[in-house]
Amino acid sequence: MTLHPRQQQAISFRGRSLLAFVLTPRAPVAAWLAEMDAWLDRSPGFFNAKPVMLEISGLTISAEAYRAMIGDLARRNLRVMAVEGAAPEHLGDDLPPLVTSGRPASATALLDQTARPDPQAEARPEAKPASLVIDANVRSGQSICFPEGDVTVVGAVASGAEVIAGGSIHIYGALRGRAMAGVSGAPGARIFCKKLHAEFLSIGGAYRTAEHMGSLEGRAIHARLDGADMHIVVLE
Amino acid sequence: MGRVVVVTSGKGGVGKTTSTAAIGAALAKGGQYVCVVDFDVGLRNLDLILGAERRVVYDFINVANGEAKLSQALIRDRRVETLYLLAASQTRDKDALSEEGVARVIGELREMFDWIICDSPAGIERGATLAMRHADQAIVVTNPEVSSVRDSDRIIGLLDSKTLMAERGERMEKHLLLTRYDAGRAARGEMLGVDDVLDILSIPLLGIIPESDEVLRASNLGAPVTLNEAVSAPARAYLDACRRLMGESVPMVIPGQKKPFFSRLFGRRAA
Repeated sequence: MTLHPRQQQAISFRGRSLLAFVLTPRAPVAAWLAEMDAWLDRSPGFFNAKPVMLEISGLTISAEAYRAMIGDLARRNLRVMAVEGAAPEHLGDDLPPLVTSGRPASATALLDQTARPDPQAEARPEAKPASLVIDANVRSGQSICFPEGDVTVVGAVASGAEVIAGGSIHIYGALRGRAMAGVSGAPGARIFCKKLHAEFLSIGGAYRTAEHMGSLEGRAIHARLDGADMHIVVLE
Repeated sequence: MGRVVVVTSGKGGVGKTTSTAAIGAALAKGGQYVCVVDFDVGLRNLDLILGAERRVVYDFINVANGEAKLSQALIRDRRVETLYLLAASQTRDKDALSEEGVARVIGELREMFDWIICDSPAGIERGATLAMRHADQAIVVTNPEVSSVRDSDRIIGLLDSKTLMAERGERMEKHLLLTRYDAGRAARGEMLGVDDVLDILSIPLLGIIPESDEVLRASNLGAPVTLNEAVSAPARAYLDACRRLMGESVPMVIPGQKKPFFSRLFGRRAA
């Protein structure tokens, strides 16, 4: 007889938590379903591919009526994955399983999470903000890197700190550290600051070190690319 | 419930330990229950400055690791009854402190004292980050010179990101303590002025401690300057800083600056 070593971890168990829509049917169920139909007419496909649960603790409903309601929901493309607050007669092999210990969450969080291609959204360009605003001083040793777009600092950038932006950099305070604009290849990127004490400025490939700031030291400036060179203008 | 204050700077030798002892002693002399905690494991100094170096039996590490009770490790000052010291270990290194151990000890100290003043080691490594981790407010000790100011700036960044308060999304109250300020050198432009430092660090000023022999003399005698020479200029500056820490509004005196009578009368705070 051969011994088969027991295979470790042939089945693995993992936990998973997710957000689900919770519907709370009210009596009379027929009226509630009619309301749901009206709502679905306005937002067709709203529940497509989204997890949906029922909360029926406040609903007095017979086992047959409950089974019929599940069927009615399924015909509206609402697949009920689980049920909360169900009595024993509402459970069965062909009915949604009972879950407990669910915690409330906001429905908007769920909408964000299950970003679903809705025709309106597809038509619009992606609404991601291409700007990062920092309402504090950037302290020595900190590095702000935002390759997606512009960076605005309402405060100072300390010596030994750096700000890296795909687009332009705006500093409403003293710039004592390093500023690198246009790192994602935007030749139109610029650097603005209220008080120039920078260690290093660069836009795209062009750069300027502290030794080459000269009379601009301490002034409000605006730097941009002029061909391949950096051009710094005093702002007054 | 006691307040936990971290005394930190980034740079070494700027006066963290001296300031911890001076402020701790001054608060205790005012009747507050104060525990000063040395986080500089391996290079402890606070016991020397307080003149308790030969009374250390159990230290912070022993308590954090559960080898001794807190009451066994706390050393009561011989001059001020409400001042206690929790010394660091001189023979271990900073990795000997565990995060859980520190959290437990600080929690116990909070129950017992009005003020827990943590003397941070220099640097930005484990010892310094552990010292600031549980703090409710910070005293940033800075000398009026560029290297110290930049290191303090770095520490302020860490106070805003690596502490429990920051992780809870709260903003830690930070105070600037400008030490070793030499009015003559500042006037000659050999040192940064008060305004320059405040401009760079932009946190409120707690006090300006003048450079003075009294501080050095007191440290060598094992007595905080606020106890040993309580009428000296640095001691008075520390006492004023303590009153500001307690929430009083005390006009700021910039050493060496003789103000005309009227502006002294209507003096305003420097920050």
